[in-house]
Amino acid sequence: MGKRGYRLFRVGALVIVVATLLGPLVWMVMASLKTNVDIYDNAKTFAFTPTLENYTNVLQQANYTAFIWNSFLVAAVSTVASLVLGVPAAYAMARFAMKREALVVLMARVIPGVSLLVPWYYVFSNLRMVNTYGVLILAHMFVALPLIVYIMMGYFESMPLELEESGLVDGLTHIGAFWHITLPLARAGMATASILAFIFSWNNFMFALVLSGQRTKTLPVAIFDFVGYASIDWGGLMAAATIVTLPIMLIALFTQKYIVSGLTAGATKG
Amino acid sequence: MALAARPGTGDSGLSRWANAHRKWLFAAPAMIFVAALIIVPLAWTIYLSLTDSQGSVRAEAEFIGIGNYTSILTDTTRFWPAVWRTFAFTGVTLTAELILGMGIALLLWRPFKGERFVRVAVLLPLVATPVAVGMMWRLIFDPNIGFANSVLGAVGIPPQPWLAGESTALPTTMLIDIWQWTPMVVLILLAGLTSLSEEPQEAAKIDGANAWQRFRHVTLPLLMPTVIVAVLLRGIDALKTFDILYATKGKGGGSFHEVETLNVYAYGLSFDYNEYAKSSAVLMVFFLIIIGAMWVLTRRRDEV
Repeated sequence: MGKRGYRLFRVGALVIVVATLLGPLVWMVMASLKTNVDIYDNAKTFAFTPTLENYTNVLQQANYTAFIWNSFLVAAVSTVASLVLGVPAAYAMARFAMKREALVVLMARVIPGVSLLVPWYYVFSNLRMVNTYGVLILAHMFVALPLIVYIMMGYFESMPLELEESGLVDGLTHIGAFWHITLPLARAGMATASILAFIFSWNNFMFALVLSGQRTKTLPVAIFDFVGYASIDWGGLMAAATIVTLPIMLIALFTQKYIVSGLTAGATKG
Repeated sequence: MALAARPGTGDSGLSRWANAHRKWLFAAPAMIFVAALIIVPLAWTIYLSLTDSQGSVRAEAEFIGIGNYTSILTDTTRFWPAVWRTFAFTGVTLTAELILGMGIALLLWRPFKGERFVRVAVLLPLVATPVAVGMMWRLIFDPNIGFANSVLGAVGIPPQPWLAGESTALPTTMLIDIWQWTPMVVLILLAGLTSLSEEPQEAAKIDGANAWQRFRHVTLPLLMPTVIVAVLLRGIDALKTFDILYATKGKGGGSFHEVETLNVYAYGLSFDYNEYAKSSAVLMVFFLIIIGAMWVLTRRRDEV
């Protein structure tokens, strides 16, 4: 295969890859703009009159505006709280090489969530906290915190010590140097960590499935409202699925660089 | 000095104490939070797995020793099939994601026109909400109105039951997982490829190595640590897959438990049947499997 041959092969292969990755998403959005009659009509696969009927159904009758707010609130608060706990912890673990302590926090990523949910449910129902935002935020922090610690540890480890030391010479305390010098320099890292934490919380399903109630349920749980035993409201289901994924995809489009650097953190160091 | 008025330069007793103990002052809150949410529940799970607890966790439970473990380890109708499915799911998806991921990463490695667009396309599946992804594929794989069967029909292949078939459901969920998570492997491997130095490549070229030889004997060995990171990250998550299985087949992995993995099985035991003791025993075995897999992989990583 010559150079020209490889170029052609590469273009063809890339077209197939992009079509496979985007095709299903396009299909979902298309179905969300069809009536249920059109979804069942093979002749109207591509030629159909778009309607927003499914979206008005989902947002008004199915009360989705409330669930969007639930998802947003839980993701935002758990991300901010995890930053407050996680960034100083990552800093200490990076600066003092606390390998074993870091492992404790990273265990949270490894342990199967189900094994925590029975005891959590028991404890939190005794505290009358099941079905509240509080318990969902705590559970989602459990997802966000290890992620933030992991990303920020790598970030702090790669930051030079000199600037901090010059701050100490200027009379700052250690904590003062962390606050006035290191933190402002770590803004890009914190942005990466927060965006990913928000996405992981927004997408989380299992914790909310057990710990949320009718009033506090988040979008991934609310999607199941459209799946009945007898039949499925495909149009509504696809509109609901689009409403869940669209905000995340928009965030991803605008913050692509941060997300990629966060997801691949630790991938290239020995 | 002007500096003395600024915060962060304090000389009070509290400030001195805080600075002297900053290591633990910073690290402890996060560690206590995670430990409280893990250690107590884990100890409780171990305790429950040794009792006959069921119905309500509040009810008196009697200590019965390793009875639950012997009963699940001899259970060939639900437990062992779930173990097998967990390993089949993880093995197949991980292998496919690594091969496809490596191929796509190599395609994207050198700069080309439209690179930005392709990278966005790679990113979207992996940030999409897994439950919504499951629902999306339910429509595409629907035996009657789904696009998958239209495509097969166009090339003359008879329609398949996909998620609705007893033997096709598990492979279909694997396809969904591969669609969603191959991009993750691509990103990790691409980060690894980009960080490689050009010199070994050039040297191999001068020695007359062809593209395959350069990949097999130069790129791949250098990339091995990154490959193992990808296996580690994806492997743990594949073992624990829950969302797409629950979204596509519902409780118990479908009416014939056709996609019931250990995670789905344990969830059902706990929250559909309230069999807390048995579920805890399953979870302990599952946890040991995950720890074992991680241990083997991190050792491999230290070797290369």
